[in-house]
Amino acid sequence: MLNYDIVVIGGGPAGLAAAIEAKKSGIDSILVIDRDRELGGILQQCIHNGFGLHEFKEELTGPEYAERFIEQLKELDIECKLDTMVIDITQDRLIHAINTEDGYMTIQAKAIVLAMGCRERTRGAIAIPGSRPAGIFTAGTAQRYINMEGYMVGKKVFILGSGDIGLIMARRLILEGAEVSAVAEVMPYSGGLTRNIVQCLEDFNIPLLLSHTIVDIKGKDKIEGVVLSKVDSHRKPIAGTEKYFECDTLLLSVGLIPENELSKSAGIEMDPATNGPIVNESMETTVEGIFACGNVVHVHDLVDYVSQESRRAGSNAAKYVKDMLIRNGSTLQARPGDGVGYIVPQIIRTDNLEKNLDLFMRVKNVYSHGKLVIRVDGVPVREIKKKHMAPGEMERIKLDLELLKDKNDSILSVEVEKEVV
Amino acid sequence: MERKNMICIVCPIGCHLEVERIDEKVIVTGNQCNRGQAYGIKELTNPTRVLTSTVKVNNAHLSRLPIKTKGGVPKHKISQCIKEINSVELNAPVKLGQVVIKNIQGTGVDVIASRSI
Repeated sequence: MLNYDIVVIGGGPAGLAAAIEAKKSGIDSILVIDRDRELGGILQQCIHNGFGLHEFKEELTGPEYAERFIEQLKELDIECKLDTMVIDITQDRLIHAINTEDGYMTIQAKAIVLAMGCRERTRGAIAIPGSRPAGIFTAGTAQRYINMEGYMVGKKVFILGSGDIGLIMARRLILEGAEVSAVAEVMPYSGGLTRNIVQCLEDFNIPLLLSHTIVDIKGKDKIEGVVLSKVDSHRKPIAGTEKYFECDTLLLSVGLIPENELSKSAGIEMDPATNGPIVNESMETTVEGIFACGNVVHVHDLVDYVSQESRRAGSNAAKYVKDMLIRNGSTLQARPGDGVGYIVPQIIRTDNLEKNLDLFMRVKNVYSHGKLVIRVDGVPVREIKKKHMAPGEMERIKLDLELLKDKNDSILSVEVEKEVV
Repeated sequence: MERKNMICIVCPIGCHLEVERIDEKVIVTGNQCNRGQAYGIKELTNPTRVLTSTVKVNNAHLSRLPIKTKGGVPKHKISQCIKEINSVELNAPVKLGQVVIKNIQGTGVDVIASRSI
């Protein structure tokens, strides 16, 4: 059996930032485990720019952003096991893992940081009717094929879902010589950032069809086309609006799910709104000594925020190893109010906060000129005006610790209020 | 006189801009900040984009190397730039930031490797 103070599971942006911060916090015995053959995670296939505006004050591509963190990891001499699959984690922080060099191994950790990221929703998850031919990919799989492995996925492509990956792949496919007929979105608004709609779709005259979904897939061995239909306000297809689009490839960009099989096997309590573990202000889950950060907790839209959150997980895992985290003391529960989908962290132990509390949340609808109202036990403590809020854009609130002091067993809530003009 | 509606792509707010050219002057309205004004003027007079793509790389664990243009290239030259990028073939090792194409299509902008491989 191997022994480490901190084991980080996942070598993507979250795992890298957590491991680096834990080392800087004075912990020497750290191991990072990743199942891929190199570090960096999904950033390695995100060759477009727009990363790092907060972290480095410049626009980087995914691989560039990753390389800066990988270099730091190497300089700090942090140990890694690549090509290694973690099979199970127990409540007492015993890790079962396997690779072709060491075979099966067990690793005892004093603290664990879960940083497994998320995976894409597939055709099965959204139950598209029709035959089951070849040529249907998730947008991220196509991205890895094209940007890293050097395989082109098709010539005439239809994209379902307007998440950022779908939009970015629309532009990528055009640049690689494919034809993109359209991007269809079931919601009346896009799930991606406005800037991506402009520079990925409008720049290349790709139509974005809102309130549309696929009602049939044609083709036996290979996909030949899709049938698109308009949907009503309940997202139900409207009969008589069907339209056929010929294509040899269908890309799905229909949402991401935190990857939590290991968290569940460790008995960690999950939040049904985020599909990730319930965490506290230190990014610790409901199992003592197991921390989580990044997309495994909730799906972020900016990697910069993942890095920030993960540093918090890393430094607190180090504090835990040194027995410096305060376990009892005043505690608040965060609850989403009207118009808010979720809040992270869900548990706040004020004694562990230094001066601010960062709350992350997503709103449920598109709002212009609204405000976020923060209440403690029903009493408003702060209001933040927002010119624009959308489900595709994560909201971050920095709360002054003074507002939360001496509140025990309290409920902190955030709700959207529409501004009266 | 030329008039154009556009959405600013500098930040996530996505202001709806109205950009108007009267003689030699460009007037931007609808922007909530100065960056929107700069974007509006540039987008009407000389729209540019940072181009990212990949080139073929040999002797590496992957077959493609990601690249980017070091600055914005004119929008109307994107397809020519992509053609030139697609003609490049490299051998590993390549360092991050290494120049892959100098002054692509006479734009004055270099294409660089965006990772080490």
